[in-house]
Amino acid sequence: MTMTVDLDLCQNHGQCVYAAPEVFAFDEDEILTYQPEPPESQHDKVRAAVAACPVRAIRLVGES
Amino acid sequence: MSPLRRIVVVGASLAGLRAAEALRRSGYAGELVLVGDEPHLPYDRPPLTKQFLNDGWRPEQTALPVAPGLDATWRLGVPVTRLDVSAHAVHLADGARLHYDGAVLATGARARPWPGPTTPTGVHTIRGLDDAIQVAKALPHAGRLLIVGAGFLGGEVAAAARALGVPATLVESQDWPLLAPAGPHVGRFVAALHRAHGVDLRLGVRVRDFTGNARGELTGAELTDGTNVEADLAVLALGAKPNIEWLAGSGLITDGGLVCDEYCRPLWDDGRPAPDVVAAGDLARWPHPLAGNELISLGHWSNAVEQATAAAQTLLQPDTTPGYRPVPSFWSDLYGVRMRSVGLPHLADVSAVIEHDDSKHRLVVTYHRNGQLIGALTANRTSRLAPFRAEFQRHLSGTHPSALPA
Ligand SMILES: Cc1cc2nc3c(=O)[nH]c(=O)nc-3n(C[C@H](O)[C@H](O)[C@H](O)COP(=O)(O)OP(=O)(O)OC[C@H]3O[C@@H](n4cnc5c(N)ncnc54)[C@H](O)[C@@H]3O)c2cc1C
Ligand code: SF4
Repeated sequence: MTMTVDLDLCQNHGQCVYAAPEVFAFDEDEILTYQPEPPESQHDKVRAAVAACPVRAIRLVGES
Repeated sequence: MSPLRRIVVVGASLAGLRAAEALRRSGYAGELVLVGDEPHLPYDRPPLTKQFLNDGWRPEQTALPVAPGLDATWRLGVPVTRLDVSAHAVHLADGARLHYDGAVLATGARARPWPGPTTPTGVHTIRGLDDAIQVAKALPHAGRLLIVGAGFLGGEVAAAARALGVPATLVESQDWPLLAPAGPHVGRFVAALHRAHGVDLRLGVRVRDFTGNARGELTGAELTDGTNVEADLAVLALGAKPNIEWLAGSGLITDGGLVCDEYCRPLWDDGRPAPDVVAAGDLARWPHPLAGNELISLGHWSNAVEQATAAAQTLLQPDTTPGYRPVPSFWSDLYGVRMRSVGLPHLADVSAVIEHDDSKHRLVVTYHRNGQLIGALTANRTSRLAPFRAEFQRHLSGTHPSALPA
C-alpha cells in the first residue's frame, strides 16, 4: 500500500491521527507527517483514516 | 445473509449517505431507497459557511461523492410525511407509500428561524446549499452584514465577510461568543480574533427587531440596548432544531431530538426500542457514558458519519453490534485559526487554559465536570488533542454496554 496526503487540502482535522496514530502524526509546527508506505498491519487503520478525513485529503495510490 | 429485502433511508444527506454506504459495505444486497426533501444529491454542509462564502466555491464542489457501486434508488425533492412502524411503511408527500424491511431515519436538523412573525428580505439562515447560494451572491455587494448569534456558524460567516472586506456586525446575547459550547476562555480568545479582524462585536445584547424600507428590504436592526445597526444583509445563526415533526403520531419519543438507545434504535413511548428502525446524525439523541449516560445530541460532522455506520450495523447484525460510544469531535475554522475539539466541552462546569500564545493564535483548553476530564479544545494546536482523545477512548472502552435488550 502506498499513500499520499494532499497537504494543500489537509486542514489539520486530525481524524487520521485518531484513526491510525502509528501512521499519522503532527510535528512541532503542526504539519501533518505520515508514513507513505505503512506496514500491512496498519492497512485497515489507514483505510479507516481515508474514510474519516473530512476533506478527503488522503489518497491510496493504486486503489480506487 | 440478512433477510431484509428493502431498506428505506429517510434524509439524503451526510448521515443517510454514510448509512447507505455502510449497509453495502456490510454486504447488504437488497433494494436501497434514499428519500430526501432537498432536490440535491448529498452535499457537504461545513464548506457552506467557509470556502463557499469566501473562496468562490461552486455548488458542485460541495458534493459528497457517491460510489457507483451504491446501487440506490433516489427519491429526491419529496419529503416523507409519516412513519408507520407497525405497518413497516413510510408515506411520501407525493402520495406514495413505501414498505420497508428496515428503515434508517436521518432527517437531521434545520436552522432555528427568527421568532418574530416576519423578516424583511435580506434576512437569511444558512443550513442548506440553496441558502448558501443566496448569501454568497449577496455578500460581496453588501454595505454591511449583520450576523445574529456568535456561535460557530455565526463566527464563520463573520470571518467570511471580513475576508471579502465587507463590514460586519456580530450580535450575541451572551457575554462571550461560543460561551455555551466552549466556555469563557475560548470566548475571550474568539472575541479578540473577531475584533482584530475589524468585526463590530456586540456582546450581551439581542436584536429586538429588524427594520425595513417601503419595499420590504432590510435596512438594519434595533438592539435591546437601544442602539441601531444599519445593515442590508443579515444572517441568523441561532442554532439548529431537529427535524422530528414528521414523526408525530409514530409513537416514537421525540423530545429535543429522536430519542434512541445506545444501539441507535428509536424508543417507543414505553421505553422499548422500535423494531427494524434505526436513526443517525443531527436528528438523534442517545445516552452517552461520557455524559454519565444522559441523552446527548451532537450537531457534528464526524458524529453523523460514525453514528450512521453504527446504525447500519444494528439494522443488519442486531446481535453482535457493540453499542455506539464515540469520542465526539468537532472542528471550526475562524480567520485561518483551526479550532478542534474532542469530548463534550459544552457539558463542563469548569475549564482550564493549558497553553495560550496570542502571537501564534494558539490555545489549549481542558474541560471538566464533577472533577473529571470531559473535553479538550485546541486552536492551531491539533497535535495536542491526540492524547486527550486517547484518554477518552480508554475510558469509553472500559464502559461495557449491557447486553442488547430485545
Ligand atoms: C453551515 C454549516 C456548517 C457546518 N460546519 C461544521 C463544521 O465545521 N464542523 C462540524 O463538525 N460540523 C459542521 N456542521 C454540522 C454538520 O454539517 C452536520 O452535523 C451534518 O450535516 C449532519 O448530517 P445529517 O445527515 O444528520 O443531517 P442533515 O445534514 O441536516 O441532513 C438531513 C437531510 O434530511 C432532509 N430531511 C429533513 N426532513 C425530511 C423529511 N421529512 N423527508 C425527507 N427528507 C428530510 C433534510 O432536508 C436534509 O437534506 C455544519 C453545518 C452547517 C449547516
Ligand atoms: S484527517 Fe485529513 S485533514 Fe485531517 S489531518 Fe488527516 S489528512 Fe489532514
